[in-house]
Amino acid sequence: MHGPAAKMEADKAAAKKSKLGVTLFIVYTLLYSGFVMIGLMNPELLGVHIIGKQNLSIIYGFGLIILAIVMGFVYNAICSRMEDQMNSK
Amino acid sequence: MIYEVSGWAIVIFVVFVGAVLGLSFYFARKTKSASGYYAAGGNIHWGVNGIAFAGDYLSAASFLGICGMIAFSGYDGFLYSIGYLAGWVVALFLVAEPLKRLGKYTFTDALDARFNSKSIKLTASISTLVVSVFYLIPQMVGAGDLVVPLLGLPHYAGVLIVGTIVIFIVATAGMTSTTYVQFIKGALLIVFSTILTIYILNNGLNLNPGEKYHQFLKVGTIIQDQKIAGTSDADYTLKESVTVEGKHTFVSLEKNNVLRWFKLSADSTYLEEMLSISVTDDGTTLYNGEPKAAEKFFQVGHLTKIVVDGVEVDKTGPLGPFKFLSTLENSELIRFTKKAIPDRNTTVWYQTPTLGRDMINPGLLYKVSTKAGATFWTKMNFVSLMLALFLGTSALPHILIRYYTVSSQRAARKSTIVAIAAIGFFYMLTLYMGLGASVNGVLDVESSNMSGPLLAKYFGIGLFSIISAIAFATVLGTVSGLIVASSGAIAHDFMDKYLNMKMNDRKKVKAGKIAAFGVGIFAIALGILFKGMNVSFLVGLAFAVAASANLPAILFLLFWEKTTAKGIASSIVTGIVSSVFIILLSPSMYERYGLLKSAAPIPLDNPGIISIPLSALVLVLVSLLTQKDNHRKVENYHND
Repeated sequence: MHGPAAKMEADKAAAKKSKLGVTLFIVYTLLYSGFVMIGLMNPELLGVHIIGKQNLSIIYGFGLIILAIVMGFVYNAICSRMEDQMNSK
Repeated sequence: MIYEVSGWAIVIFVVFVGAVLGLSFYFARKTKSASGYYAAGGNIHWGVNGIAFAGDYLSAASFLGICGMIAFSGYDGFLYSIGYLAGWVVALFLVAEPLKRLGKYTFTDALDARFNSKSIKLTASISTLVVSVFYLIPQMVGAGDLVVPLLGLPHYAGVLIVGTIVIFIVATAGMTSTTYVQFIKGALLIVFSTILTIYILNNGLNLNPGEKYHQFLKVGTIIQDQKIAGTSDADYTLKESVTVEGKHTFVSLEKNNVLRWFKLSADSTYLEEMLSISVTDDGTTLYNGEPKAAEKFFQVGHLTKIVVDGVEVDKTGPLGPFKFLSTLENSELIRFTKKAIPDRNTTVWYQTPTLGRDMINPGLLYKVSTKAGATFWTKMNFVSLMLALFLGTSALPHILIRYYTVSSQRAARKSTIVAIAAIGFFYMLTLYMGLGASVNGVLDVESSNMSGPLLAKYFGIGLFSIISAIAFATVLGTVSGLIVASSGAIAHDFMDKYLNMKMNDRKKVKAGKIAAFGVGIFAIALGILFKGMNVSFLVGLAFAVAASANLPAILFLLFWEKTTAKGIASSIVTGIVSSVFIILLSPSMYERYGLLKSAAPIPLDNPGIISIPLSALVLVLVSLLTQKDNHRKVENYHND
């Protein structure tokens, strides 16, 4: 039987989770830096309309917030599956 | 401006405080162990912990500060929302689980887990205290600001009330009561911000913010020899004309013995009324030329043009969240810009027509466009801010201790995701609350922090009372977390671990409570001392210091095998010293010292871009030089 990850129990999934975390972190950092770089290099681009009469500032800004939430849920789902599979063996 | 005290606000506030104190009493009986006091026994449900994270994190700076900044400077305020939330990505993907695995009660525990080093214990506990105190000051100042309109009490009373309640919460049940206070407050803040946003969208955009809104005067000019000789309205007597910074001409006119300030239009054909505060020779402060009680210092912020699908309208009616933004983008509004008139003891706020487009793009506060006059340093300020926000969150000790209140790494991760969802949702609402405040004639130019609550007042006194009470509760929740973190740094990290006082469980709790009491009293003193300081400015400072002092240490510890104890300790010291040093020599601080901004030796307001890499560099260099120390490393850690 596999219960919830017990306190300080050896976590065999730690390495894989850490790797996934670093990958997702890099993806998000690149997108976040992209926003900062556009602001820095070509701020006029932020005023360009993209979808549904919304400019890039709004789409990118809201996008970064929503993406963080979505990536969080995806990360948790994958990590939980890894823990269940690897720690029950 | 003058605020009327609302009876309902007092009732709601008292009920909330009563509930919080009752909860603390209830948990006090259960909190006897050190684990209970410092980490809520490690058995808080991840869902509760996630919302408590939100309650801990969404401080007065988030709710009051960001809404105010968006209301006054548009999208640039929203940059804080984006950056603050992005910081949680670092916390979730890199820091949450390993830190949970390594630590017991505090972030110092985690940093020191591999080394058992005195220098880490000392520097990390000092860093916890420095960051927490920087964070405490704006919370306490904010508490004082809030009680003035909410309960009609003086500033110091607000600071005292918050300080006393928080000391009580922390000293009775430590992290357990703190967690539930933060949970309740976090949930209330998100629910009522949603309700406020629904009101804003339902109200839509309107050229007339309300019957009471002040219609600003325009007076024609008589120009002779390219100078103002008089006005077209005989009731006004021209007193004087002052040119500021070579481009603004401010004119004072007298009518019925009241002196008011006006601004000369660009084509010199008319004078436009401004808001002004003057201190007379006998020390009286006049608001638009009259005593405060005359209530002539108006709330401001209005639209001058609304365009819906290419057609100009007076009002829009209810708008959807996206239609609200696209309509505002095509509209025009009036913001108010502050200027001091030299040698007159007078500050004025003049009308600044602003395109809606500029409100929902960056640039009003942080100059990034070369066309708008951006320089290398203004661009660096923008990058530095975004960097400090991104890296600051996962280095805040009062946030990190929340990882020790849950039972497992999985619970730590899940609660971080709940936090991201809740905080992310709230931050999206800040854009609507801020923009809503900017166009509905509610702004108090003296205090941008009150924009959110004042917007709530526009929709009804009931909503205002609830929002104000929540804003006050916001301060309670965050201050409690900060005091628990500080008391952990003093009693657990410094006394128990660094001084090796070998305290038993009961003594540890007692030491923690005494430390909480001490820090609480200190916080009250600071809150009274720093009255009038800008709330967001100091929180930005705390973020920069945290990101510089703690984050390189955490990340290198987790991801670089060669990190040594001396490397970590010297990086923490470098981070604190360099960031505080740069801040003290920054243009913003020079302005506060009463000196010229341009005289500041370092033209950066946010130190992150220099101090964070510097702290990381020192860590790497010192670690490489002290490699031989690493064989003593305690092998209870696997960075696998």
